Formats: sequence, structure tokens, C-alpha cells
Amino acid sequence: MENVNIKIDGIEISVPKNYTVLQAARMANIHIPTLCYLEGINEIGACRICVVEIKGARSLQAACVYPVNEGMEVYTNSPAVRKARKANLELILSNHDRKCLTCVRNRNCELQKLAEEFGIKEIRYDGSSDPVFALDQSSPSLVRDNNKCVLCRRCVAACANQAVSVIGLKNRGFVTEVGCAFDAPIFETSCIYCGQCIVSCPVGALYEKDDIPKVQKAIDNTEKHVVVQTAPAVRAALGEEFGLPMGTPVTGKMVAALRRLGFDKVFDTDTSADLTIMEEGTEFIERFTKGENLPLITSCSPGWVKFCEHNYPEFINNLSSAKSPMEMFGAVIKSYYAEKQNIAKENIYSVAIMPCTSKKFEAQRPEHSSSGAQDIDASLTTRELARMIKEAGIQFNELPDEEFDSPFGEATGAGVIFGATGGVMEAAIRTVYELLEGKPLENLEIAPIRGMDGVKEAELTIAGKKVKVAVCHGTKNAKALLERVKAGEKYDFIEVMACPGGCVNGGGQPIVSSEDRVGKDIRVERAKALYAEDRSAALRKSHENPVIQTLYDTYFEKPCSHKAHELLHTTYTKRNKF
Amino acid sequence: MELVRSHVLVCGGTGCTSSGSKQIIEEFETQLKNFDIDKEVKVIQTGCFGFCAMGPIVIVYPEGSFYSMVQKEDVAEIVEQHLLKGKIVTRLLYKETVEEDNVKSLNEIDFYKKQHRVALRNCGVIDPENIDEYIACDGYKALGKALTEMTPQEVIQEVKDSGLRGRGGGGFPTGVKWDFASKSVNDQKYVLCNADEGDPGAFMDRSVLEGDPHSVIEAMAIAGYAIGANQGYIYVRAEYPIAVHRLQVAIDQAREYGILGKNIFETGFDFDLEIRLGAGAFVCGEETALMTSIEGRRGEPRPRPPFPAVKGLWDKPTILNNVETYANIPVILLNGAKEFAKLGTETSKGTKVFALGGKINNTGLVEVPMGTTLREVVYEIGGGIPNGKQFKAAQTGGPSGGCIPADLIDTPIDYDSLIKIGSMMGSGGLIVMDEDTCMVDIAKFFLEFTVDESCGKCVPCRIGTKRLLELLNKITDGTGTLEDIDEMETLCNTIKSSALCGLGQTAPNPVLSTLKYFRDEYVEHVVDKKCRAGVCKALLSYKIDADKCKGCTLCARQCPVGAISGKVKEAHIIDTTKCIKCGVCESTCKFGAISK
Repeated sequence: MENVNIKIDGIEISVPKNYTVLQAARMANIHIPTLCYLEGINEIGACRICVVEIKGARSLQAACVYPVNEGMEVYTNSPAVRKARKANLELILSNHDRKCLTCVRNRNCELQKLAEEFGIKEIRYDGSSDPVFALDQSSPSLVRDNNKCVLCRRCVAACANQAVSVIGLKNRGFVTEVGCAFDAPIFETSCIYCGQCIVSCPVGALYEKDDIPKVQKAIDNTEKHVVVQTAPAVRAALGEEFGLPMGTPVTGKMVAALRRLGFDKVFDTDTSADLTIMEEGTEFIERFTKGENLPLITSCSPGWVKFCEHNYPEFINNLSSAKSPMEMFGAVIKSYYAEKQNIAKENIYSVAIMPCTSKKFEAQRPEHSSSGAQDIDASLTTRELARMIKEAGIQFNELPDEEFDSPFGEATGAGVIFGATGGVMEAAIRTVYELLEGKPLENLEIAPIRGMDGVKEAELTIAGKKVKVAVCHGTKNAKALLERVKAGEKYDFIEVMACPGGCVNGGGQPIVSSEDRVGKDIRVERAKALYAEDRSAALRKSHENPVIQTLYDTYFEKPCSHKAHELLHTTYTKRNKF
Repeated sequence: MELVRSHVLVCGGTGCTSSGSKQIIEEFETQLKNFDIDKEVKVIQTGCFGFCAMGPIVIVYPEGSFYSMVQKEDVAEIVEQHLLKGKIVTRLLYKETVEEDNVKSLNEIDFYKKQHRVALRNCGVIDPENIDEYIACDGYKALGKALTEMTPQEVIQEVKDSGLRGRGGGGFPTGVKWDFASKSVNDQKYVLCNADEGDPGAFMDRSVLEGDPHSVIEAMAIAGYAIGANQGYIYVRAEYPIAVHRLQVAIDQAREYGILGKNIFETGFDFDLEIRLGAGAFVCGEETALMTSIEGRRGEPRPRPPFPAVKGLWDKPTILNNVETYANIPVILLNGAKEFAKLGTETSKGTKVFALGGKINNTGLVEVPMGTTLREVVYEIGGGIPNGKQFKAAQTGGPSGGCIPADLIDTPIDYDSLIKIGSMMGSGGLIVMDEDTCMVDIAKFFLEFTVDESCGKCVPCRIGTKRLLELLNKITDGTGTLEDIDEMETLCNTIKSSALCGLGQTAPNPVLSTLKYFRDEYVEHVVDKKCRAGVCKALLSYKIDADKCKGCTLCARQCPVGAISGKVKEAHIIDTTKCIKCGVCESTCKFGAISK
């Protein structure tokens, strides 16, 4: 890329020609505040917080969208700039529900941070505010509070970036609001509850449905045997809530914290991820051998499943009937585990800690009660877990590392990497290869399906046959891939994760501010923690997991057996698009 | 073409249509048949004559008799007396055209004398729904000339040389805009026409489309040839049904004649046009918002650069010009840039159409050479202020413009002079105000419009204009402070400097310009709690002059809230705590005893 020479606040700097003023300023270590800007997702210059003076321009310009050009002179700290930024921030605050103390984003709010940075002491423009909006609590996963909304549109862009686009802008001018078409509650739309809107929101206008009270109630009830499972991606991000650097794995501390919170048993969803690989891998071998319902498409991601049900019902038969690891675990706990421990399943309260908001929806699906009760009683996000830990006064960073409880504490590296895009496919290949070839796979790390490319492909030869696989993450990429499949492109096995980057970047993960995202890819950072754990794992293939072997030997007989089908497989429903 | 001895031209502009010109045409047809002269006389519905105050207007040729305020009942008389017997119906003639039994030419009356109709050249002259009439008036000749005698670059140069600047408000040089787009390399480019006229009281573009739609089509084809585009869109408000209809008729006719479509005039040049209806959002007149709307998305502006000439509609190089700008193009190509540039000032060439409204005698549509003074427009063409009131100010540029005070009435109307005094040309709305106008209230009126029409994308416009309006409301309610006035000024400057699009950036202009020229009125509202124009209700109180009051009880009977009491034949009094200041008492009092 060609460079251009520009001058920012008197500093001469050469920057790539396709840069915006904001990017150039960052390169010169000049801080320009932003609010509506979310790199790569929402670059619309709407909030006017990042305005700068550009020599020769008639008015102030938004640094986040203004392209650099040769010889340009920019002033980011002139009196006019400071005045305008401050006035615009005050205007936003004048129409914002400023109940910071009781806000879910207190101390993690981009607007609050700006107010502090700008030294706002009073708000000159207090006037009428919007009407008081009712909260949209219609879905099991998310809550929208438009009283907090600053109309930055980051959620709208994030939703469009997922090719879901169920939210948009209604009305205009001062009474503009974000919502669904025809004023429908979100529950009536084709929202997939991925929660990408939540992690994009700079303020507290969007958050997950709070399920902490019911979990606490169960813990406090001595009659209840409360078990908890934690998904792989949770351990890769939970530390961020306690100030640890992004990508720090905190598995041991997390287990210790869960125990101190009063959970009776702390299990690892990685274990059931191994179980999922056994079922799904076997299902693949069956379909591949018969050439039926190919490509097989993974179904671990509830957001993706819902997306498929709404938008591509013609692919429902391609979805793996294997349940997600969370749901397999739920079913196993209330059947096998209950029987073994001699606890009535009614007295078991099964909690899942997930990086995901859509899991709250998945837990409520009527299909997921194969144990005779609802298999999962509550699904909490990583953020909710962090809140519970904070509320309990647990000094997270000082905790000793503890081990998961048996019998479901042992997992393989294959289960761990489920949390990153490509992980499920890689885990499946490790097992499918060995089951079909009958000999060990030499290179366990399948590079072409790792990384952050939207659609990744690989062609393997297993037992003399070519197997073409594809991996995509973010439902927008899934849409693109499915369109190619519809157009005739042949694949045998496809992994889809609803969230960009997979579960590490799920809608239930710690929220990273727009500014903290600069210069790093949170998806990559968090995935590193998982791949490191895989690399150091003693066992790295699902079929080698002794817990899983015991399960089949003593309970399910074999993968895809009748009993396995009853407990570990599910069905899907065609849903309307509108 | 059939030969007839007389033509009856009936104005089919929106103003005259709404006062019954359609029924007048029908009546003419009926009466002509009655008198059995329907084969000799032809009735034609034309576009706007401009003199809307005198509508419905009927002109009979070859005499050129200018009948004004014609009613359906008058038609029989015109047909029998004038068309059958050859006697002009003097009582229906516009009074100024009658001078001691002589009928003056239309061009000699004050309203038309100083006008110079270039963009409106065919309005009121031809039948807009008949392409042959347009062609007979040199229509499509300019397109033919461009396609057969000129290179695209020569066309652009001609437009550049003419000095034509955008008539939509911004005043950007049209030729330069075309040049940018012609230099953008792309396999697909677009030519757009902005007919989303939205300023309150403005109807210039509407009248061109209603009266001479072919001139816009011709110009757009020329523009397409110049920049290398083969597709155009006209973005017109759905609230302009007559314009939309005539435009569609014109497009269909042009296609039928091979003037739109493939291989125009067998030169290998293809160009076609489609209409896109706007749903009436004011902001869709902003170029990027207009394109977003055509693309089928929420009509909202986006930041520039990239400019439309590089990345416009569907990210392709695009030019957007307003209706009036286009209407000038064929004239420039036919008569040459030099001829065109003879009219106007050094930096503003040609003419400008204004919709003259407000407190003025001759409301209507006028086209004057750039540089004509406001005084000439108001007093000579406009016929001055009704009821002998004083001229107070003129508002130009609509919600983005400003108010020009009486002491600047000799300002020449051109782009740069208007900017210099804190207003702008805008698309051509010109609203005249007299002494009964409160300038704070006027600022409030325009701001209410902007608050309502803000798209809501950027903060300064969405929230800033709302806060500004709230401050204005405080002032007109009598609860404002002097600090509020300063606060308003600061806020205006924030909005002006940091809003995303032109609509937002200019939204504070009505406030800023009234603050500049009429600050004393603001201060009066705040300090003296007085509205000198008697408009701001909160600051008014009605009182009865006991000496003048005859005790007729009429006001007490009319008062809707029973605020007036008094015995018969004794002076009445108003209970100000009950009074809602509706003014009914004042207007009913026969003795002038009630005043504000």
C-alpha cells in the first residue's frame, strides 16, 4: 500500500493511503475519543465525538470515516474541536438515562468513560427526554433497554454483520429508536440470540437476561444438588473480568470459584464435547458411507441452529442430530449421573456457564427434556458468572487452581478447542480419521481450518476417500457458504459457529470496549488460550477420553445407539423468517 | 397539426388546479361544443404561469387576453363574448392589463416586466403532456446538437463556461461536478435528478416538472452523454402527483420517439430514465440521503468523502442536479455559454426562480436574473406588502437559510451576497414578512421543521436542534434568560460545525440570522416580557379600552372561555387569568376597543 504524508497536531507522519484520520492518529499515538465507531463493523461518523479540524474543510470532520490524503493537516485538540466534542457529549448525556449506579455496565461503559475523560461536571442542555421506553424482555436471552440507548447503531451494524438484521431504526429525529419491524418484540422475530449486539453496545442498552437469582435460589436450597458445567471458551475470557490480560486461561481458578459459590459439583463441558465428537463423528461416518444428507453440518451453536431453522430450513436434514455439548451433558447428568449417584433427577439443578446468550434459548427448547425433566435448568453467561464471583467477595486472582470434579472432569484437547472457530471440525477429524483408518493421525493440528478467515476449507484423504470440509464462523459467512452449497458446490462436512471467531467471541463473553479492541483481535487472543491448553493436554482426541469410554461401555453401548439417540440427539423445527 | 383560430391556455399548475382549473377546462370544452366552435378553438392545459395570486388563470390567444381569477361560471361568457363574438371580457382581465380600453401585453405588467424566464421558458406556454409542443419550441435540439456535433468534453466545457451553479441550494458549479464524474473510471455511472423539493412554501421544481418535464429529460440525457452514463433516476416526491404523472407521460413519449432508450438519434448513445418516488422526508433532498433512499434503504446521509462523483448510487460514479439546474442546460447548449452568462452577476450567472410567498401582494413564481435586488423582487414584481404594512424581513433558503432585515433590502440576490449576510440562496423559497411577524417565532417555526425532519443519525442535529428549540420555547414563553440567548448561540455553533450533513449544519441558520439582525427582539422577549409583533401568546394580554367600549356584549358572547364580563351598555373587562388569548374578542369588537 502506498503511503501519504500528513501532519497531525504538528506531527509529521507517513501513513497508508487507505487510512482514516483516526487510524493515522493512533499511529501517531494521538488519542481521539470515539463512541459510535466499532472497527470493521460500524464506521458511520454519527456520534460526532471524534470530530477533528481539517485544514481547508468547511466544518469539523469525523476522524473515524475521513480518509487521509497527501499533505493533509489535522488538528485534534483545537478549541473548536474540544468545544464541539464536549457539547455533543453533553447533548448525548442530556437524553440518556443516567442511572449509572444501577446499570449493568457501571464502570464498563464507554459513555461513562467519555464523561470522565471530558471532565463533564454539569450538563448544560437538560431538556425533555424521550418517552420512557418499556424494556423488551420478551426473549429468554436478551433484554433491550432503549432508555439507555445512545443511538450509536453499533448493535444494528453487528446484527447486519451477522446477516440477521432483525433490528433497525424506527422513526426519525429526536424520537428515533432501535427496534424490530412493526414494533414486534424480539421474541417474535428471527433473532438468533447470538448476543453480538450486546458485546457491541457501548452502554447498558442491551444485556443478557439475568438468570443469577434462580441459580442462587437453587444453591441456597439444601434439597437441591446443584451441578455446574463450564464451556471451553469461558476459561479463555473470564480472567478479563478480573483485570487479567486477554487470553489468560483461568481454568483452575474458575473451578475454585465455582466451588466457593456453592455448586455441589463442578464439571467440564469439554468432556461432553468429546461425547459430541463421538456421536457426531459416528453420524458423519454413517452419512458419508451412505452418501446421505451431505454435507453434514454441525449443530453445537444454538444461534446457528436457529439461523438455519429460520433462513435455511431446507438444510435442516443436513444438521447433525447430535445435541450440543451443553445439552448432551444436561441429559447425561439427569439420567446416567442421577442413576449412578442415586439422586432423583427432580432434585438435580443443572447449570451451564456458557460464553453464549443463545444457550439460554437452547436450554428452554422443548426438545431438550429427554431425561424426563428440562435437561438444563439455567444457562449463565461468562459475564454473569463474573458478577456472581464479585458479589460473593471472592478474590478471583488469588484463588488456587483446582481440578474439576469426577466423573466429568476429564477432557481431551479436542474438547477444549471447541471454543474456537474450526475447533469442532478439527476435533472431529482427529477422531473420524482414526476410526476409519485404524491408525494414529500424525499431525493433529489442522492449520487450514484454524484462523480468522470467514470461510476455511480443507480437503483430506481418509481411508482412501477424499473428504471436503469447510469451516465458517459468523452467520453472515454461513449464509455465503450455504448459498454456494445451494449453487452446487459439494462439501462433506461443514462446521458453523454463529459468532465471528466462534465461542471465544460469543455474545456472553466479557465486553471489550471499542478502544480496547484496537490493535488486537480478541478472537485470536482468546483462541490462543484454548490452543495452548490443547497442546499441553495429555489426551488430545475425543475417543481416547476414558470417561467417554466408560460411558459407552456401561451406559450407551456405542455411539449412535438407540439409547444414545434417545438422550443425545435432537430434532429441529422449521421457523418463519418474518 | 390541426389549424385552429384561437388557443385557450388554462393554467394546470398545482395552485390553479386546486382552485378549480380542471373544472374550468371541462366547462370550456362543454361551452365550445354548445356554441359549436369546438373545432375552431383549442383548449390547452399548461404548466404554471407563475402569477398564482391571480389564479385560476386563462389566456386566450392570438389576443393574449390575460383573464385572472376565472371561475367556472365565467367560462360561458368568455366563450360567447370573446371566442364567438370577438369581444374581450374586460371585467375578467387582470386589472393592470387594461388601460383605457387598451389591452396591454402580459410582458408589460409589473409582475412580468422584470422577469426573465429561462428555466420557466415553456411553463405556461406549451402543453406539458405533448412532446410535439416541446419539440416545436426547440425541444431536444440541444440533445441532438450535443450528440451529433459535440464531444462529451465539449459539452462539459460549455456548461463550465456558462458559470451555471447548482440551483438546489449549494451553488456548486455544475460543469465542475460533471467533470469530476466524467473523469471517474467505471463501467456504470448514473445521472440523478433531485426533485425532492421540500422547503416550506417552495414550488419551483414542482412547477418546472409540471410545466415543462421534457426540458429535464433532455438535460439529463445530455448529462448522461457528458459523463458517460446510460441510466438516470428522477427522485420526486410522491406528494407531487401532477408532476409525477406529467413526468411519466413525458418519459413514455420520449421513449416512443426514440429520444430515450437505445441508440438515440442513431449515434450509438443509450440513455434511459426511471422515476423514483420519495416518501416525503426532507432529508432525502440531501444528495447522499437521496441515493441511499433510491437504493431502498432508510434515507439518511452518509459522510463525504467519498463524493458521489466517485462513489454515489450503488457505489458508482453519480451526478445529482436539481430540476431547475437541468432546466437551464438545453438553453446553454443551444444559445451558447456566452449568451447564458450575459445574465447575472460575476459569480452567479443566469436567472433564479423564486417562490414568492408570505406577506406580499403578488404571491407566485418568479424568475429573475441573478443580482436583482430584494427590493425589486418585493416591491416591483411582488407588488409590495398588503394592507400598507411595513416590510420587516425576507426569508430565503428555507429551513437552512436566514432572514434578511429591511435595511439590507437592496442586497442583490446571488449566491455569494446572500451567504455574506448570513442567509443562503437555497432552492428558491422567498418568504416576505411584515411588522406583524415575530422574528423569534419565525426562527422557532423553521427550527420546528428541522427538528421534525432531522433523520436522527448524528447527535448535533438529533439532540442539538431539539435542545435549541426548547431554549427558543423558553424565550417565547417568557421564561427565558439572557444566558439562554448566549447558550443558544453556542449551541448553534456546535451544530453548525459538527453536524454530519448540510441539513444539520445549516439548521441553526434561521436562529443565527435572527439573532444577528433582530437580537433586540429576543432581548425584549426576555427582559421586557414583550413580543412587539403580538405573536407570542404567553407574552400577550388583551385589554378593553373603557372609553371605547360601548357595552354591546358581543365580545363576552363570543369569548369561548367566558373571560369577559360586564353589564349591557357598560364597559367590559377581561379576566386575564381565564383568557386564552385566542383573539376572538379583538376581531369581533366593532369599536376597536380591544387591543393587545
